[in-house]
Formats: sequence, structure tokens, C-alpha cells
Amino acid sequence: MISLKDVSKKFNTKQGTIIAVDDVNLDIKQGEIFGIIGYSGAGKSTLIRLLNGLEKPTGGKIIVNGKEITSINEDKLRQVRHKVSMIFQHFNLLWSRTVAENIAFPLEIAGVPKDQRLARVNELIELVGLEGRGNYYPSQLSGGQKQRVGIARALANRPEVLLCDEATSALDPETTDAILDLLVSINEKLGLTIVLITHEMQVIQKICNRVAVMEGGRVVEEGDVLEVFQNPQQPITKRFVTQVSDTTQTMQTIQNLVDLYPNGKLIKLTFVGEQTEQPILSRLIKQFKLEVNIVQGNISHTKSGAFGTLILQLDGDASAIDEAIQFIHEQKVSTEVINND
Amino acid sequence: MINTLFPNVDWPKMWEAALETLYMTAVSTILTAIFGLALGLLLFLTSPQQAWANKLANWLTGAFVNIFRSIPFIILIILLIPFTKLLLDTIRGPNAAFPALVIGAAPFYARMVLIGLREIDKGVLEAARSMGAKTSTIIWKVLLPESMPALVSGITVTCISLVGYTAMAGIIGAGGLGTLAFLDGFQRNQTDVTLMSTILILILVFIIQWIGDMITMKIDKR
Repeated sequence: MISLKDVSKKFNTKQGTIIAVDDVNLDIKQGEIFGIIGYSGAGKSTLIRLLNGLEKPTGGKIIVNGKEITSINEDKLRQVRHKVSMIFQHFNLLWSRTVAENIAFPLEIAGVPKDQRLARVNELIELVGLEGRGNYYPSQLSGGQKQRVGIARALANRPEVLLCDEATSALDPETTDAILDLLVSINEKLGLTIVLITHEMQVIQKICNRVAVMEGGRVVEEGDVLEVFQNPQQPITKRFVTQVSDTTQTMQTIQNLVDLYPNGKLIKLTFVGEQTEQPILSRLIKQFKLEVNIVQGNISHTKSGAFGTLILQLDGDASAIDEAIQFIHEQKVSTEVINND
Repeated sequence: MINTLFPNVDWPKMWEAALETLYMTAVSTILTAIFGLALGLLLFLTSPQQAWANKLANWLTGAFVNIFRSIPFIILIILLIPFTKLLLDTIRGPNAAFPALVIGAAPFYARMVLIGLREIDKGVLEAARSMGAKTSTIIWKVLLPESMPALVSGITVTCISLVGYTAMAGIIGAGGLGTLAFLDGFQRNQTDVTLMSTILILILVFIIQWIGDMITMKIDKR
């Protein structure tokens, strides 16, 4: 759907040349939710603006929906933008227009006749859950409602790609969840490809299929969200993953745990994806004559399944413990014995 | 009673002068709004990173605005006499005041337009571009509506300045309350005529300010 080949973007400033995007290669597939994460200044804002031509790359090629957008003229680019729309961190609604008029704006730009505009606007208001708010002005709405207007506006011309520029960063956690749910539902309902940039790993974890990690203008790591969460390679990725899983804290306290639970065996289970759906614990307790004690747990849910760790204390007959560990192994959950009695 | 307070005031003449002032103010305000908006938009759109970013055009427009904004109005009138003569074939009467009024006030208003346009959230402009809007669409549907309260309060201030300018233009024979106050009031030493002219001008200014404030309040949905 979107492919970037050796794309770079340099800015010439008085302080010298800044390389905002440095030789980036990416392939974003039709219908997926692709996340780009990085701290501020990593180049992700510039990168996302390259995808609809708001910024022109200084090198490389960008192909969106089969069209090479790097070399086409402004007129053609405007046509492309009807199908590649964008939502923003600060919503960027026109204060002088009501909710309905804001949503109608891209339709006016695309030259849709008035009666069709009205029908489409009503559809969109319903889709984003703003029924009855059509005649409100943005100043009368909450942040979450404003972003819903932003999303409705972005969907007006039935785009194929939705670019989200830190779309939830200005919202409180609860509203963030609601907006993310809305994005997932339109992704599923409309088959829309979504590219989002964020500095919050929670957002990636919650809705993305794949993720690219950016640092200093480069994509330093890329892959399925679950894999990246499971096995982060770069230090920066590890820091992002820590935002949601807090594994460092786990490591620090393991020694304490060993001291606290001297009996039996402490084992650490690591879940990847689907296994978390299976009731491993209850089977373990039913099948083996063991005392099972949950010592510590941290399970996070990503779009393609849950992952996390669970530390159990198994107390009882030594052979039963061994059999139990064998059983867990067979469930394809990786197991690690922390202390040996 | 009123005739004892203002013994020398010729009321029909005063009324006629007031209407002339009103006419000059109204027409020059409309012309100033048009030219000032055009100049302000040009200043904004030719500035760096805008749709028509162009250093030379921006510098030229800026220079024009600054020069005509700096010339004291009374001097501008005199400087523009040949131009007015060429344009209208006369330098007397209310119509002859328009070139000087508009050239004096439009640059002033252009600066206020520029300030209003600069206050528009950059994100909103970016959003409009991201939707594939043409520059003309951005001008008519984003720049002007989104800065409308500033544009209206700007034209209110400019209109009030124009009332003052018409009075000054009156000194060189443009007509209106300025001419009346100068010729009948000052030169014939009839202070009551000057006073009455002032009162009428004050009333006019208050009404303009009130209308301006009302409109600004009504259209501002922020």
C-alpha cells in the first residue's frame, strides 16, 4: 500500500543541515495498522508528512497506493490527498465552523454537491458517535469529541489511508482508549490502512499490527508488534517496551522473591500471543497435586494476542513439580526455573 | 434652548455636512477593506513557508505598506493632489478625498489583516492542505473565516481613523464636518459650530465602535 525506498529529508537551517529522515525503507501493507514510535525529534512527524506530500523528500521514492508521489505535480498531489487523509494531535478543526460544517469541509474541497454532502456528513456523525452534536462549535466539545470530529472529517472522502499524527497524545488515558477503539473499528469496518506515529508504547500495544522504531531519523527496528515486544533488540526499543511491561522492575525483585518464597520452586512463564487464552493455570492445579501460588504477574494485551510473564511458586512433591514443568513446556509456554530449591 | 446654546449653527447645513462625512467614511471604509485585505493577504501569502512564498514580492509589498503608513495623512493629501487630479479630474468635494483616504488607510489595515492572519493556528492550515485544498480555497474558506473577528475589529479601528481622516481632508475642501468646523467654526470664530461638529463626530465614532464590537462578539465562536 505504502512503500518508502531510501527516503531521506534534510532541512537547511541557519544552524546547518538537519537530517530529519535518514535513508528510511518501509513497506506498509493494505489494511494494517502500522505504528511508528519514537521520542520527539526522532523524525516521525516529518516521516508521516512525507506520506501525503506535506513535506517533500530530498531523496528516495515514496509510493502510495501504486502512485509515485515524490515526482507528481501539486494538482495530482491534491487528488492523492483526498484518498490519504490525516488526523492531528491538536485536532486542527476550524473554530468558525460547526461540527457538521467541519466534516463537510473536505467534501467541499473535493467538489461534492451539497445534497450529497449533507447525507455523507450525517453518516459520518453517526459513525464516530457524535449524534446530536452536528450544530455544536468545536469550542463546545471535549478533547475526545474534537478528535472524533477530526476522524469523521478525515474519513469524509472515503480515504484508503489514514495518517494519525500523535492523535491521542493530547487526550487523557480513558479518552485515548475510546479513540483507539474507534480507530480499530474503522480499520476493520472500512478496511482502511492506518499509519500512526506516537511516543506512547501503549498505543502501539493496543492497536498496531506492526511497528517501526525511529531514532535520529532512522528506523532502527521494525516488525510485528508482538515480536518486538517479546524480543526487543535495540536499547531504545527496550526502553519503549519497558513503558508497558516494566520488566526491569521484575528483574530487580527476583532475588527478593527467592528470599520471600524459599519453599518449592519459583518458575517464570513467558507468554507469547495465543497461549494466554488457554487456561494453563487451572489445568495445572487440577492435574497435579501441587500448591500453586502466583507470586508476580504482568500480562499485556496487544492486538495480535497477549504477552507477558508470570512467576509461580510450585510447592509439593519434587517429582510432581518436575512433571508440572514438563506439562507447561508442552503448552509451548517458555519456562524458566528461577531457584533450585 | 438648543438654539441659544448653538446660536450660529445652521442645522440643514450641519446635517448635510454630517451626511457627507458619513458618505466619505462609508465608501472609504469599503474601499480600504478591499485593498487592505488584498495587501494583507499578499503580505501573508508571500511570507516564508506560505503558499506564494517570495522574498522580493514580500519585500516590495512590505515596503509599500510601510511607506504609505508612515506618511502623515495631511502631507499625503497634498502629495496625492496630482494623482487625484489625474484620476478624478478634480481635487474638491467628497469624492476627491477617496484616493488619499484609501491610500492612507489601506496599508494601516493591511498590517492589522496580517496580524489577524498570523494568529490562525498553523495546524488548521496544514489540515486544509492535507485535505487537498487549493490556495484559493484556503483563502476563502480558512484564512478569511478563521481570522474574521480580527478582521472586523481591525476594520472598526480603521473606520474610526477614517472618520478622523475625513475631517482632515475637510481642511483642504473635501466637505463634511471637517470643512464645516474649519471654515464656519474656526475661521469665522463660531466655536459653537466647531463644538457641534465635534459632538456629531463623537456620536458617529461611538456608533461605529458599538457596531464593530457587536459583530465581533457575534461571529467569534472560539
